[in-house]
Amino acid sequence: MAEVQPDLELDCRGVRCPVPVIRLAQRIGEVPVGGTVAVVADDPAARPDIPAWCRMRGQEYVGERVAADGVPVYLVRRVDDASSPHE
Amino acid sequence: MRYLDAGSSEPLADAARDVLQRALESGYADPLRLHGPARDARLLLDNARAAVADALGVRADEVTFTSSGTAAVHAGLLGLLRGRARSSRRLVHSAVEHSAVFAAARWWEDESGGDSRSLPVDGFGTVSPDAVTEALAEPAGVVAVQLANPEVGTVQPVAEIAARAGDTPVFVDACAAGGRLAMPSGWAAAALSAHKWGGPAGVGVLLVRKGTRWRAPFPTDDRVDPRTSGFENVPAVLAAAAALQARVAERDRLNARHAAAAERLRSALRAIPDVELHGHPTQRLPHLVSFSCLYVDGEALVTELDRRGFAVASGSACTASALEPSHVLVAMGALTHGNARVTLGPATTEADVEALAAQLPGVVADLRARIG
Repeated sequence: MAEVQPDLELDCRGVRCPVPVIRLAQRIGEVPVGGTVAVVADDPAARPDIPAWCRMRGQEYVGERVAADGVPVYLVRRVDDASSPHE
Repeated sequence: MRYLDAGSSEPLADAARDVLQRALESGYADPLRLHGPARDARLLLDNARAAVADALGVRADEVTFTSSGTAAVHAGLLGLLRGRARSSRRLVHSAVEHSAVFAAARWWEDESGGDSRSLPVDGFGTVSPDAVTEALAEPAGVVAVQLANPEVGTVQPVAEIAARAGDTPVFVDACAAGGRLAMPSGWAAAALSAHKWGGPAGVGVLLVRKGTRWRAPFPTDDRVDPRTSGFENVPAVLAAAAALQARVAERDRLNARHAAAAERLRSALRAIPDVELHGHPTQRLPHLVSFSCLYVDGEALVTELDRRGFAVASGSACTASALEPSHVLVAMGALTHGNARVTLGPATTEADVEALAAQLPGVVADLRARIG
């Protein structure tokens, strides 16, 4: 997974859920279909909730890695357009 | 206020209130003494034990009253582990047990040098009997599995798990299901909690199957029941027994009414975008609806519902004392934020559920607009 270079990185350090998931939903449209977003988040709820968001919104959860400062990084690949948090 | 948190605690049942009042007058003496008031107290205590045994379909000498459901979990599970320590000190439990089981497991590891293994669940929160068989390839002292999950309502295949466990005793935490579902077959010890069926708080029930090797994990004394210690709370256990009898007598009708109301609420939730319903669709507690709303803060959801006159619980991290999200929702791979648990009691009306179903779409939309 280390070879995946994200098209967009969202720094959600110190931000509590559901906000990291909302930021992901609001900004995934900025990367092309097939592109990836990295969400850097230290809230422990991001670990279950980012994969759950991918499942519910039809996006692909790629996996988890670790930033240089030890904070988890969650990688998501954009599959389609249906990601707006407020329809 | 519409109280929709019966799964946390129910108000005292009418049947229990009358019995409690009378037992406070006549059940105060020490049941071990040799005088009239003592004989009265002993009679009430024996009556309570017989009534609970009858309501649960067990023998009276299998019933022990404890100070809480949690105390019954600790005593039941640790007593089985002690009884099996010469065979194996290993505990196998599901990943979605109540925190009381995890606390007992940690204590067992610290005190006895034993270890524990957690069994995964599927997306409904169900423990697979195959996983139990697989885990028992290495011998274990005890298998612990709940009758029903308190957070998402999924009923576990306890009888099948017990059949797979064979000679390994099975501990069943029945606190969330007690009074609502019949006890399954196959348990060696089990725990229940009276305030979940309209009895008073501070009364738990420990069941130890006749012939099971169970050894008290704490000091005992020479009082009425050798499986517990301390002076018996006779009025409270009698009230708990009366509430259980009343609940068992009405539960078929109550469960059917709750299942219909819960389905009405679930259908309203399905109409809200990005809401996930939790738990098994059919193998479940009838009175419980758990759901998570994407892009909603769980604390804000519960607070807003409280402001609008609805009392509900939440398993989201921001509403708990810890920062960690619900271990049950995590084990299921479910969405953990924006979670609420609605649980119906005997006093819950169809109008209560209709009112909640009518308000939820607006509440969720408002909260999403506010946070986004």
